[in-house]
Amino acid sequence: MAKIVAITGNEAVAHALRQVDPDVCAAYPITPQTDMMQRFSSFVSDGLVKTELILVESEHSAMSSCVGASAAGGRVITATSSQGLALMWEILFIASGTRLPIIMPVVNRALSAPLNIHGDHSDAMGARDTGWIQLWSENAQEAYDNTIQAFRIAEHMDIRLPVMICLDGFIISHSIERMEYLEDEEVRNFVGEFKQLNPLLDLGHPVSYGPLILPDYYMEYRKAQDEVASKVSSVVLEVAEDFEKLSGRKYGLFETYRLEDAEIGLVIVNSAAGTSKDVVDEFRDRGIKAGLLKPRLYRPFPYKETGEALKHLKAVCVLDRADAFGGSFGPVYLDIATSLYQYKKKPILINKIYGLGGRDYLPEHAELVLNELAEIAKTGTVKSYKEYISVRE
Amino acid sequence: MRKLLTLKELSKKEILLSSGHRLCSGCGAPTVVKMVLLASDYPVIASNATGCLEVSSCISDYTAWKIPWIHNAFENAAATISGVETMYRSLKKQGKIDKEIKFIAFGGDGGTYDIGLQSLSGAMERGHDMLYICYDNEAYMNTGIQRSSATPYGADTTTRPAGSVIPGKTEQRKNLTRIMAAHNIPYVAQASPSHWMDLMKKVQKAWEIKGPKFMNIISPCNRGWRSRTDDAILLSRLAVETCHWPLYEIENGVTRITFKPKEKKPIVDFLKPQGRFKHLFSFENEWILKKLQEDIDREWKRLQKESSSEKEGGSSPS
Amino acid sequence: MKLKGWKELTPGAVITEAGNAVQFKTGSWRSFKPVWIEENCIQCLFCWLYCPDMAIKVRDGKRAEFDYDYCKGCGICALECPGRKGNKAIIMVEEGK
Repeated sequence: MAKIVAITGNEAVAHALRQVDPDVCAAYPITPQTDMMQRFSSFVSDGLVKTELILVESEHSAMSSCVGASAAGGRVITATSSQGLALMWEILFIASGTRLPIIMPVVNRALSAPLNIHGDHSDAMGARDTGWIQLWSENAQEAYDNTIQAFRIAEHMDIRLPVMICLDGFIISHSIERMEYLEDEEVRNFVGEFKQLNPLLDLGHPVSYGPLILPDYYMEYRKAQDEVASKVSSVVLEVAEDFEKLSGRKYGLFETYRLEDAEIGLVIVNSAAGTSKDVVDEFRDRGIKAGLLKPRLYRPFPYKETGEALKHLKAVCVLDRADAFGGSFGPVYLDIATSLYQYKKKPILINKIYGLGGRDYLPEHAELVLNELAEIAKTGTVKSYKEYISVRE
Repeated sequence: MRKLLTLKELSKKEILLSSGHRLCSGCGAPTVVKMVLLASDYPVIASNATGCLEVSSCISDYTAWKIPWIHNAFENAAATISGVETMYRSLKKQGKIDKEIKFIAFGGDGGTYDIGLQSLSGAMERGHDMLYICYDNEAYMNTGIQRSSATPYGADTTTRPAGSVIPGKTEQRKNLTRIMAAHNIPYVAQASPSHWMDLMKKVQKAWEIKGPKFMNIISPCNRGWRSRTDDAILLSRLAVETCHWPLYEIENGVTRITFKPKEKKPIVDFLKPQGRFKHLFSFENEWILKKLQEDIDREWKRLQKESSSEKEGGSSPS
Repeated sequence: MKLKGWKELTPGAVITEAGNAVQFKTGSWRSFKPVWIEENCIQCLFCWLYCPDMAIKVRDGKRAEFDYDYCKGCGICALECPGRKGNKAIIMVEEGK
């Protein structure tokens, strides 16, 4: 039976991790993730989990020890934010290239410089091409549900890839929301026993991890990894289906909101999607056919399905809570543009950068954007393809 | 569990590093690994920092390792094995494993003294039951003989070549063994493959001590030291006999010199056969030779003072 | 040897055949070759211990032949060989001579 609670995002994820009860957890403090691992550590101290903690001296060592622990043959977690994720950078590729099913909640926070501890997506967006699966979460409930599903996805024998669960720093990690827990037993049954693959601890079959691969084989290994990425979507859907049976909550590759007959639409990930949906409703009330698409499985990106879902619109704005420097567009915009490129008839696509470093995203911002889209849909003229919103001149 | 070490008995054991590795002809590293593994009577799982030993022992579809082995990156051999060891403890606690397994990390001086120092320090402080072995060849040899913080003063390297103005490296090498001792871990030792029995006894001792252990083992590199392919053991012996590389251990804070040369040889005996020190044997660099000798004398004196036992001879050389 | 395609690879490049480097023969690297002179051998086994390539066989605690498939000809065995009465039990000879 589900238990309804009022809880922060960090607490919700910490409880998901407690219910899964992993074998090893590496922890290192960083705002705003810190209190998630603090909570998990107290579960360890109180004997509520069997997990062995590694209280490392840096995030680099957190991910390095996760690679060792995962290759040893068990369920491994860590969590981080911002600079911590940036410090792990090198080892993120090693975790995915070695095909280790490590689970890592990322409490999204801006990157330095200038130093800022508040929420934006620069950290995880910067790590989007590291070979990790990324699941993004709008609220505490989704972060909790995604965390539980992540284990099944990562450990699937056809996949064996690490997964990041992204949730917005402070906005979700530290705000109290209503949420439903599953029972411990239900979660444990759902994730099941960890299945080992070539574990280092199997003395009967000594294996070597991390060989030097020369030009004669490197591309074959990369091709194999790319091929695995193509299988992720179907596994994510399969796991979501099982999860729905258990929880009654439905998940897909992305969420569409009043999009089917929409003429204008927003694409937006994580917490700001909630605010935007309210504004979409207001526009609908005024007879304007607005809709929304909220990516969930962001890596590997479901280009085909996303393109199909958006191709009928007249104008779409992708709202990015991170910028891709270099005179380019925001990261989500680039992916949406790619997913639509192949269609002859496709929406006009604009990009807004919002909410950097914890800047508030308010209903009025969504309203401005939807008004602009309505105008574009009518006239076909675009004033600016990329713009920062809520920024002082 | 500690057994009497005779080569006749040891030769009956399987060597857990196979032929077919691609380390250079006459490299010291495989001999160090071979001795460490021969001295281990427990099953061992190893991690390996990026470097000569790692790239040469595990290329493409071939591994020379007969034990479970993992290479992660350059600077994280200690953190990586700490993860393996923690998973072992977790699964053992859960009753999923019952065997006694030992954990070891191998890293060169670049991966240990320099880029991996934080990872090593962290793992030691956390108290993992592991042995870290630094095979110290005194420079970044895998990338082509660049200076490291283990490179001796005056040595010619590719990033601090001996030129007409700068006479090679102009900084002292770091005393990593003492840094590790300052972690107050139960066992720290310095060893040399020339003194194989001393080395292997130290490994055996390390395995009987629970907690983090560190061993620093000199490992000559004929390419980087600009010497002959046949002199790895000879040079490591001279390093010991000149006290460039004193053999000692620090067990629970107590220092013991494990081999005291009957007659301490002058440092030039160690330097002379090596091309990396060739330029020091010129009039204008005479002061460097003098300085090197003084540094060694001072450190040897300090070590003797620190050591609780100064038995003549110690364990016999090879 | 036929190179494998991407579908045939182990996930994560893990090598599951321990010690299979023996399939890679390094003997061709040699320009000098060690030769064992049995009558000068005192069976100290230092050559076995110090060989970086595990290319000296020992059988029942007795030194046996060189494994020229792997010996890289470094000469450590010859240098460290104490021999008998000043006569080395291992000498290095140039390959092909």
